[in-house]
Order: sequence, then structure tokens, then C-alpha cells
Amino acid sequence: MGVEYLTPEYEVIRNENRCIACGVCVRQCANEVHAFLEGTEKIISDDAKCVDCQRCVSLCPTHALKIVKNDCRLRENANWDNDTIREVYKQANSGGVLLSSMGNPKPLPVYWDKILINASQVTNPPIDPLREPMETRVFLGKRPQKVERGADGKLRCELLPMIELSMPIMFSAMSYGSISYNAHASLARAAQALGICYNTGEGGLHEDFYAYGDNTIVQVASGRFGVHENYLEAARAIEIKMGQGAKPGIGGHLPGSKIVGDVSRTRMIPEGSDAITPAPHHDIYPIEDLRQLVFSLKDATDYRKPVIVKVAAVHNIAAIASGIARSGADVIAIDGFRGGTGAAPTRIRDNVGIPIELALAAVDQRLRDEGIRNDVSLVVGGSVRSASDVVKAIALGADACYIATAALLALGCHLCRTCQSGKCNWGIATQRPDLVKRLNPDVGSERLVHLMDAWRHEIKELMGGMGINSVEALRGNRLMLRGVGLTEKELQILGIAHAGE
Amino acid sequence: MKRVYVNEAWCLGCHLCEYNCAFANSGLQDMATALKGKPIYPRIHIEGSDAITYAVSCRHCTDPICVKSCIAGAIRKRDGVVRIDQTKCVGCLTCVLVCPYGALSPNENGVMQKCELCLQNSCGEPACVTGCPNRAIVYEEREEDA
Amino acid sequence: MTPKEGQVRIPSGCAIAAVISREGNRMTGERIIEAMKPMHDRSNGLGGGFAAYGIYPEYRDFYALHFFFDSRDTRKTCEAYLKERFEIYKAERIPTRKLPQITDEPMIWRYFVAPLQSVLRDLQLDEKEFVVRTVMHINTSMKGAYIFSSGKNMGTFKAVGFPEDVGVYYRLDEYEGYAWTAHGRYPTNTPGWWGGAHPFTLLDYSVVHNGEISSYDANRRYIEMFGYKCTLQTDTEVITYILDYLIRRQELTLSEAASVIAAPFWSTIEGKTDLEDKRKHIYLRTLFPSLLITGPFSIVLGFDGGLMALNDRLKLRSMVVGEKDDKVFVASEEAAIRVMEPDAGNLYAPAGGEPVIIRVKEGAY
Repeated sequence: MGVEYLTPEYEVIRNENRCIACGVCVRQCANEVHAFLEGTEKIISDDAKCVDCQRCVSLCPTHALKIVKNDCRLRENANWDNDTIREVYKQANSGGVLLSSMGNPKPLPVYWDKILINASQVTNPPIDPLREPMETRVFLGKRPQKVERGADGKLRCELLPMIELSMPIMFSAMSYGSISYNAHASLARAAQALGICYNTGEGGLHEDFYAYGDNTIVQVASGRFGVHENYLEAARAIEIKMGQGAKPGIGGHLPGSKIVGDVSRTRMIPEGSDAITPAPHHDIYPIEDLRQLVFSLKDATDYRKPVIVKVAAVHNIAAIASGIARSGADVIAIDGFRGGTGAAPTRIRDNVGIPIELALAAVDQRLRDEGIRNDVSLVVGGSVRSASDVVKAIALGADACYIATAALLALGCHLCRTCQSGKCNWGIATQRPDLVKRLNPDVGSERLVHLMDAWRHEIKELMGGMGINSVEALRGNRLMLRGVGLTEKELQILGIAHAGE
Repeated sequence: MKRVYVNEAWCLGCHLCEYNCAFANSGLQDMATALKGKPIYPRIHIEGSDAITYAVSCRHCTDPICVKSCIAGAIRKRDGVVRIDQTKCVGCLTCVLVCPYGALSPNENGVMQKCELCLQNSCGEPACVTGCPNRAIVYEEREEDA
Repeated sequence: MTPKEGQVRIPSGCAIAAVISREGNRMTGERIIEAMKPMHDRSNGLGGGFAAYGIYPEYRDFYALHFFFDSRDTRKTCEAYLKERFEIYKAERIPTRKLPQITDEPMIWRYFVAPLQSVLRDLQLDEKEFVVRTVMHINTSMKGAYIFSSGKNMGTFKAVGFPEDVGVYYRLDEYEGYAWTAHGRYPTNTPGWWGGAHPFTLLDYSVVHNGEISSYDANRRYIEMFGYKCTLQTDTEVITYILDYLIRRQELTLSEAASVIAAPFWSTIEGKTDLEDKRKHIYLRTLFPSLLITGPFSIVLGFDGGLMALNDRLKLRSMVVGEKDDKVFVASEEAAIRVMEPDAGNLYAPAGGEPVIIRVKEGAY
């Protein structure tokens, strides 16, 4: 290949007055952007290799570095924008499907930002969470339809297995393989400290993390990697992964280069072999097959573990969810089109699926219309970015939220969206030992706990403002929400009134 | 007694501790001004190879051999910290020879210096610890010292 | 145009009062009307009402349906609908006194009815469920007709006005009941509608409520799954349906129902040393999370043979209880109790979430 037509996307700007040539940037960049000019103390940078992960910027002790968008632009064209043209060049160079990672970056509507939350004034007192108890505990799972009493007239206080969470948030599925051992260790330890759950993703459960089983949701995906009896037994709950918001309708592909050592052992596939996750579960073509898998998993674990079915938010999600609710699942997890991924075809990531806010509103309402909302809990993910997004999701009808991108950000991710390269400078989306060690789980788990503590405080503040002192009274409480700048149709789907109404 | 400890499992060999140390003991306000274009004389050093790296600084031994061997009486242990009186140091390098950790080294004037836990400067806490990006260097009390 | 009741959600403050005789001794409505006078400022003239138990002993086997109609035609249509489903034992205007303070009256009727057994058999419904469905149907689908009372041997009387005037208007001095509840309303943004006044009733359950619950839409959207339709968008309506659901349909006891809607905090539950009680509370909270009511409320639930008074779990609304001889009094303010019985004793303010249940002795009602 001769000239590739691709100008560097970013420019590394080094303030020579501040650079002390300590070489931290040189040593820390796995993309080998920085180098000492041979025989000198001068550091040079190759812009073309930079992915804008900001590792060097964060570690530079004198703040001598910044990464800026390369302002070398093609001739302006509102139809053929710069990124579109670059993608054409890339494909003309390689002949391949474009790959990306993390969530959809396109400027599509973020409904969270068009929904506002209520507060109490005069007719009803706000509650101060610093003075009054404020509860965030939730239970996920199926609830019996009728109270039962024994022959003595006393309540038979028997519940089906449920997932108890100290707050309505869980760390969403990220497989060991797509992320590092230390990232998993951080998530597991934080989940335990917080009284919530993390999710293994489809790559199996490393033997070191069985100790965190009570805070672990194990995934059974179409590739069945790492699924065996002890794996199911170890978990708090089992999740059947039918789809993922970032790439609905397709499977996955973890390159053989990441299937090394423990990853290979945990996935139960040979080292160096590509891990291909099929698009469908080949034992689930229609809905009745799903029911069989749900009950196979329940049988295998003596009906002691709730079963979650995770699907991507697609056009007829309400009907799909209704089908899942009738399949014996205890929890439905819905992943919106803005959800993250370690690697997805760009076209799919950016064009397939629907926003989680609309999917959630539609599903919650449909399950209520059909009178089966109590048969399942609803967990939603796909770009839940803050405590206020969580509050809005719950008020729309979710029982809990899944977060993954926010959790990765807490671990140091800078959303450079090049996970697929395997050279994550932050030690997260990589299996290279020298990079993996950059994420010390002591630091990682602490930062996750901090993030969740902060969100918990914010959730309490928001609830207190509404005069609500338990998250149960917020769930599905759509009267607490108002839309701004939304059409009648959007408001109707969300089931909320417009601000001012 | 709190000491500086290094956990090599998390040491990335980034050398930031050396620069933070040199800057902390420079007495200057700005790192670029303090360190640009000059050789640095840190009191902590990264040792190791590509496979493993670790930062080494004074262990503040229970029975420090450097104190015993200093011909000028410049090294003393006070309040659990091994300190050096640079006005007394004659630069004979005996301490360098005896220290099993290589924790002492000369400064730009040939006078010996060593880690004094940033108690002599305005950092408050050892600069190598606060600046370590991966918590590989910690400042804590451990059983063994009790 | 100002929206009508039911088209918007109306927060309102209020006054409540109640009296019951544990011996089943019947009292006229005069005393409870008096009780509302010192609490005049807790209402704003946009709604007042009363529920009385034991007032129709001669018709005790019939459901007493109290109706508001907007016109004679509506009444005719509605009557035709009723006739297909019920035996109508008696139909009459509810007697009223003309008062200058009470205006814009609808037509106010009552029907003593019994469901036709053949219809029940066809629909495979029990009697109460059938009556509930009839009430829901008429109130949501028959424009201009509204059933505001549907229990046996009890009745609700309500109007737009101050409660003390409403009592006089409905000639409550001429009724005798073993229990009375009363309500004065302070709605904030509506001209007030007769049907929107309290008490709100379904079958023999009546609720008077002071407060504004913050869990409203969570409760509403949950309870609507079970066939209830919240047409008025008021707290009292949804609280009544919740209690009906928990007590009649889930067959919970009153105190169990109170533990659902004013559930103890998890920290309190965890601290319980009685393990059976602890299990019960964990069970109820886990099973009915969406029926937890948050925000301020003080309610008096009337039912066949008794009353239950309950505050929200933070006790964000005033409510006091007192007693004298066979009578127990409940009110937003002590002053109201003192008017009913100057010598009332054992006055206390029940703790948040602590139900006060008073039953008439068996056989006396």
C-alpha cells in the first residue's frame, strides 16, 4: 500500500518550555507515539499513532502535553463530512468492515437530557437525606401474585430467589478477555463492598473471583464460553445474553491474540484461538426455546438463582419483553443503542437499535397493560451516565440500572474508543501483562466505590427533593418527570407530560 | 512508624517518583523550572529490568549500618527516621559502600543525600507516594516495624 | 379553561376527624359536624364530606349506591344499566336542606341494590368484585354519572363547600351511625368538584386523608394493573384502591396492610428481635414495594365495623387520638376532639406508620 490518504486525526502538542524530558510519555504509550530522538534528550511524537487516550497527558508531571483534534480539514461539505470521507479511505485501503468500540458517538437524541425531575414546594415537604432515613435498597426478581397463608392463618413468608441490591445499580456485563483481570478484580471487589452485583460477561469466571459469587451475575451467552456447573453455582444470578445494545443482531469476535493464559483457561477454549460468539443462540430460534433454556438453567441450579434475560433495545422491544416475561425469566435487562462494547462493526454500532429511554417506557407500560409487570424486574443500561439518569430511569419504570461505561471511566478509561486494538494504555481493555498491571485493583475498586457512593448521595438528594424517602416509591412514578422540547409522540411513548403542564 | 513501601506488582517503572522526589527537594515552585535541562538527583531510584521494576529508597533500618559506618558522624537516626546532616558530610562514600539497598547517593555537589520521608521539605507526605499513578509506593505503618 | 377534577392532579391540604363507639352505640352527625368547626382554616370551602357507618340498618343487605347525576337523561340511562345487573330495592333522592353556602348542586340519588345472581353466575364473579367493576365502569364510562358511595349499611355525603355546611346540607343530624369520619378540603388549583370531595369510598371502605403523597404515580400505575381506574387523580382515591386491593383481594389484615403502605424502614426491620415479625415485614416490603406510600399523609380508613387511623412513616402530618368511655376520637387537631368530647382522655399522637385500629365489638353493628 502506498499513500493511505489518511491524515492523523489528532495532534500531539508538546510545550517545549515545560517538557523536562523525563520520558514518562515515552514509557507509557503502548501505541509508541513518543520517542527520544536518538542520541538526544529531545522527545518527538508521531501524531499518526495517537488514539487520544490521554495517558501521556494525565501522567506528564509538568503538564507539557496536550492532544488536540487535527485541524487539517478536507474541504467543507455538509453531506460528505470529514469522518465519512475518512471511513471511505479506510475501507478502500483495507477492504474490511469498519470496527469501533464503546458506545454510539453520533449526535442522536439523548432523552435523559430532555426530561426534568420534580421537587416539592409548599404542599408537600422535601426531605433532607442528611437528617432523615432515605432508602435505596431494591430486590430484583419475580413476585408471587397472591399472598399465601398457612393453616394457622400466618403469612407464609416465602419468596422466590431475588437479587438484593443496596442501591439500584449494577455493573454491566464485560467479559474477562475483553477487559483485564485487574478490571474484573476492581469490579468484583467494588460490587462486594457496595452490596451490589457485577456481571462476568460471556468470558467465564476466573477462579480467583469465585469468592465474590454473591455479588456476581454470571452470563450464559451464545458462545457458552466458560459455562459449567460450578460457574452457575457460584453466582447470585444467571444472565442469558440474547443481545447487546451496541451491536444488536450480531455476535462477537475476541481475537486469538487476547485468548492467552488465564483467559483461555477461563473461557475453556485453546490458547490463541479466536473466540467467536454466534449471533443467535443456536438452541434458541423462537421464544419457546428461550423458555427451555431458562428452565434448564433453573433446573441446573435447583431453582435457587434468578434468571435474567438480556436483550438489545430494538424496534418491537415491548412485544419481545412481554414474551420474555412469560418465558419464566425473573429479570429482563434491556440494553439501549448507546451501550458500549469492546468491539463492534461501526455501521451496526451507529445505526442499529433504539434509545433505552423509549424502550424502557414502552416495555414498562406494556407489561403493566398486560398485568405481568410483577412477574419480572426491569434492568436498563445503554448509557446511564449519572445519578440523575438513574433517577429518571427508575421514575420511568426501571427497577435498576446497569452501568458499564461510567464504571470504566472510573477505572481510568478516557473513551478513546480503540478497545479493539488491545493496547489499552489504562490497563483495562488489554491482556498485555505490562499494560494490565497499570490498573491496580486497590485503586480501581476504591474509585468505583467512590463513584457509587457519590451517585447514591445524589440519588438521595433528588429523591428527598421530591419528598420520596424510598426508591420503591420512585419506581414508575412518571408524574415526577416532565419533558422539554419533545413532540407529542415522544411524550406519549415516554408516558410523561410536558414541562408546564 | 510510617514508612515508604513499594509493591513491585504495581510499579510501572514510569520513573515519576524520581522526578517528583527531585522536584520536592528542589525548594522551587515549578517543576519545569526546577528540573528542565538539568540532571536530576532523586533520593528514590527505579531498579529492575523490562520484566519487573521497583522503586528503592531508604528503609530507615532498625539498626542502620550507615549510621554506624559514617566517619563524620553525619548520619543519625532520630524519631525513627534516618537523617543526614549535610554540613557534616565529607563525601567519603562509605555509606554508599555499606548500604545494602543503595539508598544513599551524592547530590550535584557530591554531598550525600537520602530519603528523609519529605519531613525536611514542605510536601507533608512523601512526594513519591502522592505522585505514584498506580499506588505502587505507599506510606503506611506495618506490623513488622512495631 | 380551568381543568376539571380528574384531568389534572390536585395537591390539597386538609382537616380530618372521626369518632367511633366501640359498643356500637349510634350517634347523630351533629357531633362530627361540630368537630370540623375549629379546623375551619384547614379547609378552603372547596370540598367537605362525611362517611357514616350503621346508618341504613333496615337496608343492611343491600349495597347503598350514592350517585351524582348531571341530568335526568343521565339518570335514566344509568338506571337502565343498573336494572340489567341489580335488583333495585329502593331508589330515592338523598334529602338535602337548601343553603346559600352550597350551590351548583348535581342531582343526588341513592339506590339500594342487590346484584342479580344470574349475572354473577354468568360472569363468575363474587358479589363484591362485581359491584367494584360496576362502580369502575359507571365512573369511567358514563359521562355525567358518578357513584360516590357503594357500601352496605354505610354512606358517604360530600359536596363543594365547607364541611360544617355540607353536614347541614345533607341533614346529617337525621342519621345515626356507630362511626363517623369527616373531611375538609384545601385543594390548590381547582374549582372543586362534588365527586372530588372526600371521603372517597369503594364498597364499605372509606378514606379521609390529609396530605400529599409523593409516591402517587408509582402507586397509581401499580394498582391500575388490577382493574382499578384512578379517574380523579387524587391521593385519597388511590389510597382507597390500595387498601381495597390489600385487604379484600390479598386478604391481608389491617395491620399487615398498614405495614405495606407505611412500611418500617429497613433499618428498623433489621433491628427487630422478634424473628417472625421481622420475616413478615421483609416479606411484605419485598412483595409490595410499589404500594409503599411516601410523602405526608394522615388517613382514617372506615370499614364495616371499625376504623383505622394511620400516619405516614415519617409522621409528616398531624394526627391525634383520644378516648372517652366507649368512644374513640381521631382528628388532625386536638381542638376537634375537645369539641366532640371536652373530657376526652388518653390523648396521644400515634407514631409514624403505627396503625390505630378500633373495632366495634362483635355483634354490635
